Amino acid sequence: MDYALDIRGLRKTFPGGLEALKGIDMQVEAGDFFALLGPNGAGKSTTLGVLASLVRKTSGQVRVFDADLDTDPARLKTWLGFVPQEFNFNQFEKVGDIVRTQAGYYGMPPGRAALNAERYLRELGLWDKRNSPARMLSGGMKRRLLIARALVHEPRVLILDEPTAGVDIELRRSMWGFLERINREGVTIILTTHYLEEAEALCRNIAIIDGGRILQNTSKQALLQQLSMEHFILDIRNDPGSLPRLEGYHCFRNDKGALVVEVEREDGMNDVFRQLSEQGWEVTSMRNRSNRLEELFMSLVGRSLPESGEEESA
Amino acid sequence: MTPYQIWIAFVTIVVREVRRFTRIWPQTLLPPAVTMTLYFVIFGNLIGSRIGPMEGYDYMEFIVPGLIMMSVITSSYANVVSSFFSMKFQRSIEELLVSPTPNWVILTGYVAGGMARGLIVGFVVMLVSLAFTTLDFHSPLLVLSTALLTSLVFSLGGFINAMFATKFDDISIVPTFVLTPLTYLGGVFYSINLLDPLWQAFSMANPILYMVNAFRYGVLGASDVGPVWAIAMLVVFAVVLFTVSLRLLDRGKGIRS
Repeated sequence: MDYALDIRGLRKTFPGGLEALKGIDMQVEAGDFFALLGPNGAGKSTTLGVLASLVRKTSGQVRVFDADLDTDPARLKTWLGFVPQEFNFNQFEKVGDIVRTQAGYYGMPPGRAALNAERYLRELGLWDKRNSPARMLSGGMKRRLLIARALVHEPRVLILDEPTAGVDIELRRSMWGFLERINREGVTIILTTHYLEEAEALCRNIAIIDGGRILQNTSKQALLQQLSMEHFILDIRNDPGSLPRLEGYHCFRNDKGALVVEVEREDGMNDVFRQLSEQGWEVTSMRNRSNRLEELFMSLVGRSLPESGEEESA
Repeated sequence: MTPYQIWIAFVTIVVREVRRFTRIWPQTLLPPAVTMTLYFVIFGNLIGSRIGPMEGYDYMEFIVPGLIMMSVITSSYANVVSSFFSMKFQRSIEELLVSPTPNWVILTGYVAGGMARGLIVGFVVMLVSLAFTTLDFHSPLLVLSTALLTSLVFSLGGFINAMFATKFDDISIVPTFVLTPLTYLGGVFYSINLLDPLWQAFSMANPILYMVNAFRYGVLGASDVGPVWAIAMLVVFAVVLFTVSLRLLDRGKGIRS
């Protein structure tokens, strides 16, 4: 198998004794669109930090294609592009300078660096801002600048740590489109995200990490097939606030007082609607309580992700 | 990385550093010129005319080499310590850490940037001094090598300071409480022959005294200590500080967890 990323037995213990990674095994195929999901403190950022050479591993092996982190770190770094969660560029530098300079750190000649910088700044809608200091950009533009900077040296693997955190929905969707396009062009993408619908919409394979261990590492389809139940929120006209009697279904009120019905994935909603109608309940609209991946995540990890995705219309 | 790619990475760091200190020239290049002009006017002209000759030279001629060196020392040190610490503070140092640029190239790039600022400021101060006196270089080679080595040593010193610094206060402690006193007591304004033997002995333990005197020898052809000893000491300092700096960078002191 041609792995873009091959991690075996990765451990990281910080000087204070905190064991952040307890033997991670994870493989990502070349060309994949891969998500690493987990709650805060699970070990996601530490794992990405090791890949980006910002965190020193305690033990284990990390390979990107055939380059080993221990024996050939320079080549490994050349193949990686890293988009951190925080804005870590000099806020006083010009946008164009930041991207061209990054290409120079990879030994790219100035002419080619300028061409690549123009390409990615144009594609990410930042070309008009190339002479502006980075501090003048909006939050969304700064996120796109991080991506342009990570791509300018033409990496084979792009790692993104929470790439759409704090980005409005419209911009998030345009960034998804851009990432899908460069993935189609052959760049392997590995991301962490709090927005589980983002992972569900974009990724083919998913690993779930918690407590420094990988709980699941499989395809999105295989993960979703593990789900047996779905939850639907029903809006009721003149809602009496009580619970209807639904034979064969569990229903309850959520913390906002809305009616929630739990339904087997294989079952339809017709029977629920029929029973409600017979009892005089009129459903005006219906939503998923959350996206499917979040439900699975909760069943595996036992808690939801902070700042997780908003409720999704059905 | 190939040698050509390493060269590109090195030039990129140096260009970035030069662009940084020229972009903020009112903070980096102008103040030394203004300060030194005041030194020339007050110490050289007004007070110097009452002091009379020093070691056989007009007082203004005597202090010019020391003041140029003072500018080189403070500017080289300040450039690297502030630039590298800012990179650490803003975490933009990660731009370099994720790249394949070797640590020794990162170090030499920053040090070259510091040397560039130190030498440019030294050159500006020298031009200002020409408004007050004439400079007949006794040994241009010694002048150049002393200036280069001094800016190298203090750029490395600034780098080490930045590696250890965890807050902005930490980057001003050494310049304020170590560098400035040593520079003022390093024979910039007087010959140590004026001091009694005890203070002369103390002065001989001040490395900046050797740098100032080597530079003065290159300009005037006379100094309190021999230039060969000063150059040898500068080379030793440069090697030791480079080794320490590289070791700190390899260990990732304060920049890698």
